[in-house]
Amino acid sequence: MSEDMEEGGTVKKFMYMNRKAPYGTIYALEALEVVLIGAAFDQDVSLAFIDDGVFQLTKDQNTDDIGIKNFSPAFRALGDYDVTKLYVEKESLAERGLTQDDLMDLVWEDEDDDWAEKPSIIMVSRDEMKKVLGDQDVIMSF
Amino acid sequence: MKFGVVVNEGPYTHQASDSAYNFTKAALAKGHEIVRVFFYHDGVNNGTRLTVPPSDDRNIQENWSALAKEHELDLVLCIAAAQRRGILDENEAKRQGKDADNVAEGFRISGLGQLIEAGIQADRLVTFGD
Repeated sequence: MSEDMEEGGTVKKFMYMNRKAPYGTIYALEALEVVLIGAAFDQDVSLAFIDDGVFQLTKDQNTDDIGIKNFSPAFRALGDYDVTKLYVEKESLAERGLTQDDLMDLVWEDEDDDWAEKPSIIMVSRDEMKKVLGDQDVIMSF
Repeated sequence: MKFGVVVNEGPYTHQASDSAYNFTKAALAKGHEIVRVFFYHDGVNNGTRLTVPPSDDRNIQENWSALAKEHELDLVLCIAAAQRRGILDENEAKRQGKDADNVAEGFRISGLGQLIEAGIQADRLVTFGD
């Protein structure tokens, strides 16, 4: 378990696992609410998208006909909250007939690099995802 | 060891709350510390005092309330999740202009920050749900 002391507080590696489709159940929306609140706590935050969770990041979502709010634009704001590591499992995409081109182009601005825009989405294999998860201190699964 | 417990499903429909309760009880019996039990998603429905299960069944809410009393447990219902689902304490009912409140003894309503804080303070955060 890695715990560094920073400004008198504990910094842990927090992982939010997103496993479910954006609509159909409320898990994805309420997971994002935790991420946004959690961003205020200055922890080392990552998100993972596996299984149907990869649908949360698809572009051009349109929920007009189901009467439920399309919350996918909120993912674009994550960079402003210093949430810059979104791990997407390649196999989960492929199993659903998706490629990275179907996902939103999410970026964050690196203040240490003249505010250069950098990609937030990190494509990983199932094996690599295991390692990423093994590295975490706190995993919240939605 | 310090545990944080998260309950993500409502009572009776799903076994998550029973399992979380049994885990919490067992952990306390072994001398571990429970820093907080946080109820999220439909899990907030565990905290309404208006549940009336059949008399030959367990009363999940009363079990939690009793355990909280015995061990001074901190049972927290997420305010955003609770408001969506009609779980209000006296203050919130007043503030929202509602004619009733229903939070059970031993539970309190607070923000999602309490979940993050539990993750920071606990050695292990254990989630019960789908």
